[in-house]
Amino acid sequence: MFDDDHRLLEAAGDLVGQGIRVKEVYSPFPIHGLDPVIGIKRTRMAVVSFMFGLTGLSLALLGMWYFMIQDWPMNIGGKPSFSLLENVPSFIPVTFEFTVLCAAHGMAITYMLRNGTLPGMPAVNPDPRTTDDKFVMEITSEENPTMTSEGLTSMLKGVGAIEINEKEIAVK
Amino acid sequence: MHKEAAIREPLILGDKNYHDITADVVGPIENKAPKAWYVLITIAGLIALWGLGCVVYLISTGIGVWGLNKTVGWAWDITNFVWWVGIGHAGTLISAVLLLFRQKWRMAINRSAEAMTIFAVMMAALFPGIHMGRIWLAYWVLPLPNMFGSLWVNFNSPLLWDVFAISTYFSVSLVFWYIGLIPDFATIRDRMTNKTSKKIYGLLSFGWSGKAKQWTRFEEVSLVLAGLATPLVFSVHSIVSMDFATSVIPGWHTTIFPPYFVSGAVFSGFAMVLTLLLIMRKVMKLENYITIKHVEYMNIVIIVTGSIVGVAYITELFISWYSGVEYESYAFINRFSGPYFWAYWAMMTCNVVSPQLFWFKKIRTSLMATFALSIVVNIGMWFERFVIIVTSLHRDYVPSSWSMFYPTWVDIGIFIGTIGIFFTLFLLFARFFPVLALNELKTILKVSGEKYKREDH
Repeated sequence: MFDDDHRLLEAAGDLVGQGIRVKEVYSPFPIHGLDPVIGIKRTRMAVVSFMFGLTGLSLALLGMWYFMIQDWPMNIGGKPSFSLLENVPSFIPVTFEFTVLCAAHGMAITYMLRNGTLPGMPAVNPDPRTTDDKFVMEITSEENPTMTSEGLTSMLKGVGAIEINEKEIAVK
Repeated sequence: MHKEAAIREPLILGDKNYHDITADVVGPIENKAPKAWYVLITIAGLIALWGLGCVVYLISTGIGVWGLNKTVGWAWDITNFVWWVGIGHAGTLISAVLLLFRQKWRMAINRSAEAMTIFAVMMAALFPGIHMGRIWLAYWVLPLPNMFGSLWVNFNSPLLWDVFAISTYFSVSLVFWYIGLIPDFATIRDRMTNKTSKKIYGLLSFGWSGKAKQWTRFEEVSLVLAGLATPLVFSVHSIVSMDFATSVIPGWHTTIFPPYFVSGAVFSGFAMVLTLLLIMRKVMKLENYITIKHVEYMNIVIIVTGSIVGVAYITELFISWYSGVEYESYAFINRFSGPYFWAYWAMMTCNVVSPQLFWFKKIRTSLMATFALSIVVNIGMWFERFVIIVTSLHRDYVPSSWSMFYPTWVDIGIFIGTIGIFFTLFLLFARFFPVLALNELKTILKVSGEKYKREDH
């Protein structure tokens, strides 16, 4: 456990440099620059959003083509009603809104699912203080079979951890 | 690490550390509410109930209880609708546009401004709904297969565009707001000692744990949502303005409407944010987070958007003369010298003249003056919509059908009622929700906190 984001960031760098694998970091706010250090790849959420946006765009155009051109063309104020291309200017607003609707909600739902944050999900942060002002780094012995627990402890102390807790976790 | 110039004023005052931020924001939720809160919510709640009563009376009796007539078919209802939607715009502007521009001062105000957006859009959506008369047929606005040979809704109509715009805007704002709230609910969950509230906030926090990967996704999702919400917010009020601009009513049929409405919306929205926050920072002792500097920044936005609105008014006047269309010219002559001249001049004074006072640094950094002017601006913006809607309609092409609009008690009752509902919702928000974005504030503490800035230099 650390009490400062910069100290944790430096410590993570030091530990990884010495061949230790950091399993997880729990923090009360995003620590910029941490991801590449502990080996987290860039998230693909933006791509997800783009895909959902494209889906929304096509659905909106397809729907309006069917409703207004194919199924029941209507003469409204003499506006063109026999081809999608001619009528598309007045379809732009709904197309845009529906694209945004799908992109935003599709991404938000994916985000919730991927994060495992859904109503009723249990929280897994090891210490309640990690949502307030403390930063926890999780290192498991499975991922670092060469290290002894004493060795790790002294290393962590060396890089400025304020509290070190050892836990036996049942292996599933 | 991100650096900030020493000359910039700190955004978080006082000797704060991460824990203090949590304590300052979550404290009011844990402690008992002050007496003033109970008094305020009772008043707001009573007004809200009165408004709901008026809505029930309206729906059970019919639209005839409003002051509308065959010439003036849109009046207070649509005025209120546009007014409320406009107020909503500031929240999205603060959270999305300022996020894209990396303006750090948004972090102290975005949460409550977004809450304001959501409540304001709810109030706005009420008006077209009850204006339908038979609100139980409201689902007819959706393109659903039906028994009339599947007669579809008209996608050429700006009124239908509005249905899509407002519902997208509302739901996307809600999601954006809630995604930001999740980590803060987790903070409250982990602090609560009371079992029931721990459970409730646990449920609200969706099991957020603050893992590194979660935070990466959180930041990316916030950025993409901001990118989506920015064009969205501009589109929403543009589409609202097209309800008018695409018609052939003199005074409405102008191409200037979309930008003019959007800046007017931001203008009134910031005024409402100021009205609410100036009270909130005082009552909840958030002076260290919502500082005079924040108020000044918001006032600068008000000068800019207020001036754009002023230019738009004058452009409209000029074009009505320059166009040479006599109906168009008459619409504007009638606006400033006809029977509703007082509404026009109230609008001009409140929206064009009063925000110019903010050029004086003394005035824009004075809390009392800001509070007073923010209310003046809100009144002015209500009059703007009233002027646009009613004065354009009440004297149309045929003088024999000219008439006046007088509001009935139901018109007034519903409008006042929505203000009551809005404040009730906002008070509940201020009591039970984290009113500042905790996780975001913590990221700027070391960059813009007063203590850290002092130590650096």
